Amino acid sequence: MNVMNIFESMDYGPSPESRTEADQWLENKGKKFGHYIAGEYRQSTKPKYFTTYNPATGEELAQIAFGTKGDVDKAVNAAVKAQKKWYKIGGYQRAKYLYAIARSIQKHARFLAVLETLDNGKPIRETRDLDIPLVARHFYFHAGMAQLGDTELPDRIPHGVCGQIIPWNFPLLMLAWKVAPAIALGNTVVLKPSEHTPLSALFFAEILSQVNLPAGVVNIVTGDGITGEHIVKHTDIHKIAFTGSTSVGKRIRHLTAEDNKSLTLELGGKSPFIVCSDADLDSAVEGIVDAIWLNQGEVCCAGSRLLVQESIADTFLAKVRKRMNDLRVGSPLDKSTDIGSIISRKQRNHISEMVALGKEEKGTVYQPQLPLPHNGFFYPPTLVTGLTPSSVLMREEIFGPVLVSMTFRTHREAISLANNSKYGLAASVWSENINMALEIAHELQCGVVWINSTNTFDAAAGFGGYKESGFGREGGWEGIDYYTKPKPPKLPVQAKAKSKSELVYKKEIPESQIDQTPKLYIGGRKVRPDGGYSLNVLNPLGEIVDTVGKGNRKDIRNAVEAAKSASSWKHASAYNRSQVLYFLAENLAMREKEFARRIELQTMCDSGVALHEVRTSIETLFYFASWADKFEGKIHQVAAKKTVMALNEPLGIVGVVCPNQYSLWGFVVMMASLVSMGNRCVVIPSETGPLSSTDFSQILDTSDVPAGVVNLITGNHDDLVKTVVEHDDIDAIWFAGCSTQNAMVNKMSVGNLKRIWLLENNLNCWYNQKSSYYEFLKHSVEIKNIWIPFGE
Amino acid sequence: MAKLKKTHFSETHTPAGFNPSTIDSRESTPDKLVPIRAQNPGIELDHGLIAEIQANPTAIIHRTNTLKNRRSVKSHWQTAWLLKAVTLMDLTTLAGDDTSGRVTRLAAKAQNPVSMEILQKLKVEKCTLKVGAVCVYHEMIAPALDALKGSSIPVAAVSTGFPAGLTPFDLRLAEIRESVSCGAQEIDVVISRRHVLTENWEELYDEIKLFKEACNSAKLKVILATGELVTMRNIGKASMVAMMAGADFIKTSTGKEPVNATLPVSLVMIRAIRSYFELTGNRVGFKPAGGISKAKESLQYLMLIKEELGTQWLFPDLFRFGASSLLNDIERQLEHQATGRYSASYRHPQG
Repeated sequence: MNVMNIFESMDYGPSPESRTEADQWLENKGKKFGHYIAGEYRQSTKPKYFTTYNPATGEELAQIAFGTKGDVDKAVNAAVKAQKKWYKIGGYQRAKYLYAIARSIQKHARFLAVLETLDNGKPIRETRDLDIPLVARHFYFHAGMAQLGDTELPDRIPHGVCGQIIPWNFPLLMLAWKVAPAIALGNTVVLKPSEHTPLSALFFAEILSQVNLPAGVVNIVTGDGITGEHIVKHTDIHKIAFTGSTSVGKRIRHLTAEDNKSLTLELGGKSPFIVCSDADLDSAVEGIVDAIWLNQGEVCCAGSRLLVQESIADTFLAKVRKRMNDLRVGSPLDKSTDIGSIISRKQRNHISEMVALGKEEKGTVYQPQLPLPHNGFFYPPTLVTGLTPSSVLMREEIFGPVLVSMTFRTHREAISLANNSKYGLAASVWSENINMALEIAHELQCGVVWINSTNTFDAAAGFGGYKESGFGREGGWEGIDYYTKPKPPKLPVQAKAKSKSELVYKKEIPESQIDQTPKLYIGGRKVRPDGGYSLNVLNPLGEIVDTVGKGNRKDIRNAVEAAKSASSWKHASAYNRSQVLYFLAENLAMREKEFARRIELQTMCDSGVALHEVRTSIETLFYFASWADKFEGKIHQVAAKKTVMALNEPLGIVGVVCPNQYSLWGFVVMMASLVSMGNRCVVIPSETGPLSSTDFSQILDTSDVPAGVVNLITGNHDDLVKTVVEHDDIDAIWFAGCSTQNAMVNKMSVGNLKRIWLLENNLNCWYNQKSSYYEFLKHSVEIKNIWIPFGE
Repeated sequence: MAKLKKTHFSETHTPAGFNPSTIDSRESTPDKLVPIRAQNPGIELDHGLIAEIQANPTAIIHRTNTLKNRRSVKSHWQTAWLLKAVTLMDLTTLAGDDTSGRVTRLAAKAQNPVSMEILQKLKVEKCTLKVGAVCVYHEMIAPALDALKGSSIPVAAVSTGFPAGLTPFDLRLAEIRESVSCGAQEIDVVISRRHVLTENWEELYDEIKLFKEACNSAKLKVILATGELVTMRNIGKASMVAMMAGADFIKTSTGKEPVNATLPVSLVMIRAIRSYFELTGNRVGFKPAGGISKAKESLQYLMLIKEELGTQWLFPDLFRFGASSLLNDIERQLEHQATGRYSASYRHPQG
């Protein structure tokens, strides 16, 4: 090439990153890989292989072992074998290993970047500047967590063996997000990388051997969804962490329903990118480049849904189109490439089909005339404008370099359009008005909000979704919660249940007794059940104590509607919520004898036991009244001039199924925790002791609890639980009912991926150990990380 | 940046006054100076537009930080880009101890910025390579013109009470006229920073408009002294007012402020230039000055211009580096390109 010609054209020219070392490594390995189990590469007995390709060229990179059930079993066995010792060596020892891994990642940084780009097709700029540095950062950060875990989290223990299934879009970064926190806290791991991108994980295995990580702490089994399913179903695995599509996430929820594995699901998204009229529009355009043209748009939190204020829409979209003309699509190994190759032909076809659908939906499609390489699976950056909320393209994830857009009139409308989605992973908000930006950030239903920035990550900040974008958090202190569980409390000696002959008939009707009708409690009003039937409340001798309304589907529906209308509760000040809970305690205290008597009548327990339960309930109300204005979020330390606020936000509407044990306290503890954090509840009271709850509706009435915040539907659990768990307007379920229903609850929640908390038989422990209510608070909130860069 | 309703794009537009002979074949060395026409007549001051200007500093810094790694030029391309940087340089001496001897040396360097030996090794010896301009104080205009005679390299003079701009206003206008009549073809003026800091856009506009009139046919380069304006928004607004008032170039710094040219500040000014072009169709030039001393930095600036304004801005009529020590580093890099060995400063003739 003639220098003088370049001088005239001022083109960039080729700037290829060398792949020699990566090729050499593949060559040395014979381009064939087994699984990494118990610290060594192993071949299956009858090995079957699949091929991993370079999507940018179509060339075969290597043969990868296909993980069978036998392979998964071996890996899990190795992990089980290693776990106890790995936990016992203590935080400092584990920290040293994680530190060594972090250092090794840095030592091999460029090699890993090249390998990742070869296998995935994303630009070398990204693997070099984003993926690999963040991988090292995660191991450093979690080396610290390993160190601190022993002293700072003395009440938490590891799950044991974690099964981890990661996607192809950030292969090594997702590995780091999963492996680092898991092993830091004393878990061992069986990890399956995506069948499209196994290579960086296999090199990572070499790093593990180099740092002498004890055999079995991390095991890597390669394969596709079938291999993944063996991991998900394995009964010796107690925790599954998955990043991938919402449909597979739902399947995992289903498959783990029976054995109730702990789950972290980081799933799909259709994240809004909101541009207000007062934004720095040129910077917002660059934000879009980072939001949707990072990693070819194959990013779960891609800002794929542009919402732009109507008054500036034409100007802004013109700027976006102009910017698109300057994007460079091409060889991922070229340092000047902006957009590399889509992962596979199948994915590229999917993207094409979605864009074709956008045309059918009367969207205007803009694609700049950029030269695309002939080989590989390249797709041009695409903007589809003129869509409406009902367009499929506005609702469904595309997972490609396709930005879809729509306008809004006011920021309130932007919030409502943004939240008009089954997803809730991330959002980006562009405005120079801090009042507006922060209001939008608070109102958005998603786990991460970037103000005047986008797609920034750090190990110290939590990441994860709301709604069908999944649950659980990765990164930060909040991520640690998902790789640990509370230490099982010592079970107190259970009072021996009385035999029937010991039960004393105590029913006595005072002379002045006027007949009472316990009703359902919906929207602050006592209402008759829709069906018009009642249920007898029996004592253990089978005698009728009273009757309660027999609630049905429609009562649940009405209760949820009432809870929806009470949405202002989430905005009530913490002080206000605290006062309401204190007031409940005060009013319950005034009537403690009466409530104790009800417990006695329903359960035939000793009057002392009953009174103790009422008094414990009063104290519990005090407890959560105290927390209401003290259970605070965090400010994460990420980078200079960036504040990340991790807010504890209410879940929304929670279906609460009360236990039969502790007819009053069981209801109070769950309700009080949820209400203290700003949630609204639809409560299904205890089957055997519903009167304690229905009586409580009078306490609710007199304690300034806004209508709809707590709703009570008595009835048969068999009839009601399914309706509650399936209801798409309910965001979470706290289930303390009969444990035979646990699996059903898990399965039925799949529709909108509710957060499920099964309290199982633990209530006893909590009743006797007040210190551990913290777990209740944590389950009462969802954590939202708001990134606020600052500086003028 | 400002929201502009009108857009005037013409992709084939050649910059007015575009001078293809800056690097040209040896045979056709022009003897006469290239006429420099005012490219920007200016427009009425538009307060609404000024008020709408936004500049988010962290996003702007993010853009400049990542852009450095988004683009890369290697081998022949790097050579060509470095040669381009040479032609975009305002070789500058602005010191109290300047003498005609010093200016003569600088002028000699301006006409032969890279040694023939290196150009031959790079196989570009058939070109006359020269810098964009020589920039001096008023008293040095005459020796500079003398030394540059026949080279077509314009002389730029700093003016209006450079660097503080706090001399009597009439004298500042007189200073411009004096320099123009002495033969300076470009006038680098400083603005009254106080008008920006008090957001007195009217005064700023009027001041620059009068500077423009005083320049007559000379090119008006307006130095904002961004280090003293501090905020990105101030810089964005001052840039726009300067262009509305008729600036042909906007320039970051005098070189005397504590902070001089930076990539983020440049990005704000470049985007203002783009907005103004979209609004009026007038292309205004950009000159970062002060603190750019490394070849690598110069490439980053060129990438920033190419990405945000387009390749048509990469000509001396629309882009200049204000620099004194940059050239030496570029020479060293060019020698490295030519020989494969890392070079030393002393191997290149001093300016």
